Amino acid sequence: MKNRSLMLMTIVAFGYALLYVPIISVIVYSFNDSRLVTLWGGFSLRWYVSLLSDEDLLGAALLSLRIAIVSATFATALGAIVALALHRVNRLRGRLLLYGMVTAPLVMPEIITGLSLLFLFISMADLIGWPASRGATTITIAHITFSMAYVVVIVRSRLAAMDESLEDAAMDLGGRPVAVFFDITVPMLLPALVSGWLLAFTLSLDDLVISSFVSGPGATTLPMLIFAKVRLGVTPDINAITTIIILLVAVAVATAAFVSGRRESAGLRGVR
Amino acid sequence: MSNEATGNGGQALRWLRRTVALPYLWLLLFFLAPFLIILKISFADPIVAQPPFTPLLEWGAQGLAGLKATFENYAYLFQDGYYGIIYLASLKMAAIGTILCLLLGYPMAYFIARQSPRRRQILLMAVILPFWISFLLRVYAWIGLLNNRGVINEFLLWLGVIDHPLTMLYNDFAVYLGIVYSYLPFMILPLYANLERHDHDLLDAAADLGARRWQRFVDVTLPLSVPGIIGGCLLVFIPTVGEFTIPALLGGADTLMIGRVLWDEFFINRDWPVASAVSVVLLLLLVVPILWFQYLQRREQDAGS
Repeated sequence: MKNRSLMLMTIVAFGYALLYVPIISVIVYSFNDSRLVTLWGGFSLRWYVSLLSDEDLLGAALLSLRIAIVSATFATALGAIVALALHRVNRLRGRLLLYGMVTAPLVMPEIITGLSLLFLFISMADLIGWPASRGATTITIAHITFSMAYVVVIVRSRLAAMDESLEDAAMDLGGRPVAVFFDITVPMLLPALVSGWLLAFTLSLDDLVISSFVSGPGATTLPMLIFAKVRLGVTPDINAITTIIILLVAVAVATAAFVSGRRESAGLRGVR
Repeated sequence: MSNEATGNGGQALRWLRRTVALPYLWLLLFFLAPFLIILKISFADPIVAQPPFTPLLEWGAQGLAGLKATFENYAYLFQDGYYGIIYLASLKMAAIGTILCLLLGYPMAYFIARQSPRRRQILLMAVILPFWISFLLRVYAWIGLLNNRGVINEFLLWLGVIDHPLTMLYNDFAVYLGIVYSYLPFMILPLYANLERHDHDLLDAAADLGARRWQRFVDVTLPLSVPGIIGGCLLVFIPTVGEFTIPALLGGADTLMIGRVLWDEFFINRDWPVASAVSVVLLLLLVVPILWFQYLQRREQDAGS
């Protein structure tokens, strides 16, 4: 019996090591002075310094951030509306189609989503002359479309767990629907909206395949640039970018956990 | 779901009913229409032009009279054994990757589900956390580890376990490792959700009846966790079949996966009709697992509400 739990512990430890060793090694080697990736040449910040003067990279990072912020915001708004409609409206016309269209992107191979959207943009340019060229706008549209699906999942699970009596009470007290929506429903949904936004933001920031298809000349996102570089092997400056991104993500996740934790307990206090 | 008829609530619902038209139209235009187009192009002839395919419907021609369809692209896919081999190879790699994921993910989910609630939270968090870091960069990290002069080889050489570096990068091994690494959380979460709900009285009853620990696992826990196993496996298998990034970065020249071939067909050969036909067939291959997954999701939701 003891052997068995020892084996279980070993497997579990191996699993966690698998999840974290690559990340840790990238962080460690980002401070390596040597150009040879595997040789430790002493502690140095030179790769971080060289990032600052890499204009291609800074441009790509800014473009990615811009696309991620805009697409996450739209995806959250549209996704929340879909989730509310699916949850609240009885006999919604075309409900099955809506449900299908909003869940399919979760399981669709990215490569097909990218290819099909590119064909759509080309056909539209042929037919109505828009979009005249592909770039940041088309990437943003593509990102809104697929990250909306994730927002819907998160908001729906929150709606399923939510108490509707508060809204009913506000309505009974004569609150106008729009006011009730923004004063009661939105605050109650806020934790889900925040995590939905963050997820959409990360997905957009991370996307390589779909962006590569729907992008045009001149619009290179950070993942596209990184992919072009790492296809040729390990480069120390990518280690430095990775470390910075890990740091940003860690801060964002910690903030989100803190904010939603506080909101949740604040909400509970309010109910009591 | 209730107050559709009451005055104020009805107003809110009418507002919602109207507003939902916006995302609805969005999805029709940017999700459904692209699929119809890809289907259309897969029946078109390739030409050297921009865009490089013949229009299937001449716009302005009288309706469907202008339909010029060709099955040549599909015939090409099936006659040329190359694509058949790649589809099979992708399915095989996805299946093996999924099984490896299950073999590692099941013990982990089992372990987590048996901890105190507080430790469960922390262990689950630790599974999800890497997911927030760029997938591309996490896959890239393995290049530095698996290299001939990479961390793992240097370490093993230093230990004296091996006397010349192992080839671990740019082959199928690296791709499997990449799949297990990237998709492990997708396996663990549904398994955990299932294992955590198990009724411990059943195990106690089995113990009272004299079942040994291993027997209790095989006869009680394992059968009860089948829905979790299927859910997790589908969640790993479906995206893996069309995976591009992992084989592109970690695979060798002989690692054939359909996502990568599709990419080359599009970006290098610029044969768009064949690329479309390749993706239509890929989707057809995935229809069964996708519908299965959606069915499970819906059943889960019905059980939940």
